[in-house]
Amino acid sequence: MNRREFLLAAASAAVALPTLSFTGRLFAAPANSPRFLLVFLRGGYDCNNLLVPCASDFYYESRPSLAIARPDAANPNSAIPLDAQWGLNPVLRDSILPLWQNKQIAFVPFAGTDDLSRSHFETQNNIESGQPTEHRSGFRSGFLARLSGQLTGAPAIAFTRNLPLSFQGAARDIPNISLKADPKAQFNAKQSAILSDMYKNTPLAAATADGLALPATISGDLRNEMIKASRGAPSARSFATETRRIATLMRDQYRLGFVDVGGWDTHVNQGSVTGGLANNLRNLGEGLAAYADALGEQWNNTTVVVLSEFGRTFRENGDKGTDHGHGTVHWVLGGKVNGGRIAGEQVAVNPSSLLQHRDYPVLTNYRDMLGGLFARIWGLTDGRLQAVFPQAQARDLHLV
Amino acid sequence: MHTASSRRKGLLIVACTCLLLLAAGIPPSATATTAAASKAPDGLTLSDIRWLRRASFGLDSATLENYRQLGRQRWLDQQLADRNDALPPAVRDLIASYPALSTPPADLLADAIQARREYKSMPDGDAKVATKKKLQKQLRDMGQQAQQAELLRAIYGSNPLKEQMVWFWLNHFSVYAAKGRVRLLAADYEEHVIRPHALGRFRDLVLATLKSPAMLEFLDNAKNVKGKTNENYARELMELHTLGVGSGYTQQDVQQLMLILTGAGIAPKPPRRGGRAGFGQAGFVREGLFVINPRKHDFRDKTFLGQEIKGSGYGEIEQAADLISRQPACARFVSRELAEYFVADSPPPALVEAMAQTFQRTDGDIAAVLRTMFDSPAVLVDSAKKFKDPTQFLVSAMKLAYDGRPVSDAKPLLNWLNQMGEPVFGRITPDGWPLDGASWSGSGQMAARFAVARAIGSGRNRLFTGDTGAAGNTRLPLVPAMDSPLYRTAFEPYLSSATRTALGKASSPQEWNTYLLSSPDFNYR
Repeated sequence: MNRREFLLAAASAAVALPTLSFTGRLFAAPANSPRFLLVFLRGGYDCNNLLVPCASDFYYESRPSLAIARPDAANPNSAIPLDAQWGLNPVLRDSILPLWQNKQIAFVPFAGTDDLSRSHFETQNNIESGQPTEHRSGFRSGFLARLSGQLTGAPAIAFTRNLPLSFQGAARDIPNISLKADPKAQFNAKQSAILSDMYKNTPLAAATADGLALPATISGDLRNEMIKASRGAPSARSFATETRRIATLMRDQYRLGFVDVGGWDTHVNQGSVTGGLANNLRNLGEGLAAYADALGEQWNNTTVVVLSEFGRTFRENGDKGTDHGHGTVHWVLGGKVNGGRIAGEQVAVNPSSLLQHRDYPVLTNYRDMLGGLFARIWGLTDGRLQAVFPQAQARDLHLV
Repeated sequence: MHTASSRRKGLLIVACTCLLLLAAGIPPSATATTAAASKAPDGLTLSDIRWLRRASFGLDSATLENYRQLGRQRWLDQQLADRNDALPPAVRDLIASYPALSTPPADLLADAIQARREYKSMPDGDAKVATKKKLQKQLRDMGQQAQQAELLRAIYGSNPLKEQMVWFWLNHFSVYAAKGRVRLLAADYEEHVIRPHALGRFRDLVLATLKSPAMLEFLDNAKNVKGKTNENYARELMELHTLGVGSGYTQQDVQQLMLILTGAGIAPKPPRRGGRAGFGQAGFVREGLFVINPRKHDFRDKTFLGQEIKGSGYGEIEQAADLISRQPACARFVSRELAEYFVADSPPPALVEAMAQTFQRTDGDIAAVLRTMFDSPAVLVDSAKKFKDPTQFLVSAMKLAYDGRPVSDAKPLLNWLNQMGEPVFGRITPDGWPLDGASWSGSGQMAARFAVARAIGSGRNRLFTGDTGAAGNTRLPLVPAMDSPLYRTAFEPYLSSATRTALGKASSPQEWNTYLLSSPDFNYR
């Protein structure tokens, strides 16, 4: 059986039996091999109201209406103490705190890029490209695509409507499918077969079959999943719904994933333990906890990194919100993550440590941090890391 | 009845035919003409059709008829002569109903500034929040109107080659609507900056985009002032718009060009009197919203691309535009991109070279360069297939499905383009959407395209119902009559056997239409 015949056989099998995925059969990955999911928070989330610098008087001076109260056992709306310096937004009590207590999540404050444009699109692209800011060599090469090229047996997928820059420029087709809504197959099995057949002698045979089979496969898997777990479908728009769908695919077939979450650009009335930001954080936390839960045993082979293009201004603005800033807080989660700690280089949070009197400085470059992390997860050599993050100096924060 | 109508060109009759077929439950494929045209019907050869697939923005009856009457050369002459941007009256009226198009950009900008000021002065509370939402929606609407107008022109414009060029240049000189005030300026950019120069002189196009409020805003040259410079635009002007990365210019050139461009920006309102903005000063230049503010311009002499440029203000900019667009690298860069869009992902080097020579010989005459390309046999080589990008797919699908019939609501078009990931004015980075097939044929993209094919082919869409009116919702969807004379002339004779097989399996006109629009035959141009 040559490659094309195999593709076609796999495609028709996928059409006939929705629970067998086309791509899953194409690039079989060892069951216990490592999994990595990047969660990109688009819009620049306010890290200062996630990881609260509750030891800092300056924080409370800077945010008269937005600050989250110092830890206080009697006040359920106060920050949850993580260590002497830092507290957690209490909206994450039921989702992220258990992971912290199990030492399965670490936070890396003062992280981010050296791109100082404070522009959403420029900084998002800068991060997704993973190239050095001063020597960017192309607009269409993403670091996850380059990572995928350095790994074998690690099928990649983007859980987005369009292939994000992170995954662009790979040598092989990286599928993408948004799981925000139930990925109902647009076409029934017969129609899918007819459409696939039209392309079977073209270079697009695989992409066509894959694109038609993936939604069917996923819906099938998810239906089984829901029955097995005896859970009703969670509310339609929650991130948890989406991450449970993602978990099904990452557990069974894929090893490298990307998903993004929007709505973090809180210039106005962002709130503290209630309001827009709090809702977003709760939704995110519940989604991540659901992901851990849905992966079951494979959570132990999983690493999730949550990042955003930049942090926000340390002080609140005139609209009870925050503006574009610089340094942010990365999250690193997983069954084997060396968690329950605040990782990376830190400074005291006071006026003199702010960058340009405005926002957090970056002490840990995301490229260096991810390089160090990837080296530990996959044992990548320096040469291979350089292919992923050119000119980066991988920093091992012992995150896994 | 069907075969009888097949020689007629009346669209109404075709529409009726399809409705009748639908009523009778007969798939159109069952009655499709089997005389698979050993000779080309209506005098058009395969070569004609192939050539037209590139030169036009998708085939419709009007284009075929025009081509039939004129022949290839005169058709091309007519298109390149750029005398006709006509639209069907209904489409013209629809576009004219968009405030983003009917309001001068200076007014749009002034209104936005005023509204923002009023919003800022409001006391905190629900009313302020509601006002903010309203302003944001207005801004979004402005951007969407600009997008819809561009799509409508692409589908219905009487000069399809020019419409392709308008899209091509909008993409080449890409601006991102959601950045800052670009949304308010996007319609102006399409109508008054790109369109008038789409088939003109490249140097004029460069200068027009340089002075356009949309570009000044998008690439930050409005913030590039003496003593507080911003090199964003200067870099992209050479890297993406004219010379191409690695063509030999240096970081020094970027910085010198940046200095040449200092003080070129936007002034929203006509001045009352001199003052801070530098109005009335020697060297002050205003053209619409574009100004050169001499107080913000660095008047030192520059050395740019090996030439001395005397510090003179606006004159420096014109000199720089001349200098850049006469570089051999510019001729090659632009020619290659044109050939990639129209001919092949990796166009034949000899073709690119011939186009570049024309470019240099004619001092960047875009029409002349296109003529060199369309006269070349390279356009007709079968192996040089191009997979349509989403815009080409959508425009050509609308032409085949509705063949000039005006829609009453363009929002579905925009939604489909968003679903397929190529909205005009929607590319975040300044490099424009990719032109190669591989960027548009990933698995998720194929599935999205097939879904759009069905939305168009099934008639289950809101193109003809408008936004409001419950009555509109209860109307039966109009299944487009795609088994038409247009289809039988320009598509049917040349279908692959795989596509014929698929069409033969369709169990309804809706499915038949969906398969045709999804087929490789339709998706490669």
